Amino acid sequence: MNVPASTKAGPQALPPFSTVLELHGPAILRFCRSEAGRDRGDDVFQETMLAALRAYDRVRQPDAIRSWLYAIAARKSIDAHRIAARAPVAVADPEPAEAVLQADDQSEVWDDVARLPDKQRQAVTLRFMADLSHREIADVMQISEAAVRRNVFEGLRRLRGELDAAGADRS
Amino acid sequence: MTSQSKASERLLLMTNLDPDSRPIEERLRDATIDPDLWREMTAELARRADAQELLDVAFERHDSPLGRILVAATREGVVCVGLPLDDEEALLEDLARRVSARILRAPRAAVTAARGQLDEYFERRRTDFDVPLDWRLTRGFRRQVLEATAAIPYGETASYAQVAANAGSPRAVRAAGTALATNPLPILVPCHRVLRSGGAMGNYRGGAEAKAQLIALEGGKR
Repeated sequence: MNVPASTKAGPQALPPFSTVLELHGPAILRFCRSEAGRDRGDDVFQETMLAALRAYDRVRQPDAIRSWLYAIAARKSIDAHRIAARAPVAVADPEPAEAVLQADDQSEVWDDVARLPDKQRQAVTLRFMADLSHREIADVMQISEAAVRRNVFEGLRRLRGELDAAGADRS
Repeated sequence: MTSQSKASERLLLMTNLDPDSRPIEERLRDATIDPDLWREMTAELARRADAQELLDVAFERHDSPLGRILVAATREGVVCVGLPLDDEEALLEDLARRVSARILRAPRAAVTAARGQLDEYFERRRTDFDVPLDWRLTRGFRRQVLEATAAIPYGETASYAQVAANAGSPRAVRAAGTALATNPLPILVPCHRVLRSGGAMGNYRGGAEAKAQLIALEGGKR
């Protein structure tokens, strides 16, 4: 991953993982839930944090811990999506795809986000839920910064459209 | 129309309004995690991390008559006790640097045992601690001083000079003082039982007041 070089001389000390968890954990959990659905998202969160703990002593740039965590979470979420996509064939669940795609229960806007195409969904989630910069999202998603901007823009446009449609249904 | 149905009509009207007309960007930023869920998730993470041997230091906070005490343990035993006056963040950072940064709040057996025994100690139902200790944060003469300190019985006190002598260097009184001041395991290794030669209380990392409180609790002579 492409991360800015530390400005301080010498290696920086790694913060205790408990501090990292307190600082970034809730936002990562929200991200996992919106990416992989509520129940599967909790597992994705656990897998993300265990993977982070496993690799933690190899982290060389404490400044970049946050985007490093999102990169792990994004990878684990994609795995979860692949598994979810296969699930309807494998098990006789009446509506598994929809159930898996049920986003966080906090806000219905995330139900709409869950239905966006993969790249738009990830870009929008990383931008607004995780509050990462376009540069950081480009690192996490391994795409160009311009592609990030395009996906965020397209995603927002589509969300506005869906919300308008929903509003029209209600009236 | 009854008042109840009026109320439900109002409710219907309210729910029919768009519940959230803020701009999409703002609504996307607003998503919180329920505190109960967060507690559950972190407890589960600690369990799994411990099972997969990814948890090098487990700690918990413990309320005592002195105030909040921090108890941290490696797989070998209790490695650090933080007193109420200690800066908890600095203590955890120190552990991250000197032991391992793989630190989580978790109920490891040694931590749970130490907490239970601390409760008994403060209720005067216990005079000796029986938990595995990890001495890795102290070495050499300092460790010898702390081991000599651990041998001072409950309710009794010793002078810095006596402790230095018991550690094998009668003249290293100052160094003994430093060893006690940097005791990573206060209370469990009772550095509060070491007083000035004249019987004056002397310093304590947890504060002179806490030291006096512990001496009084043990009913020791001054």
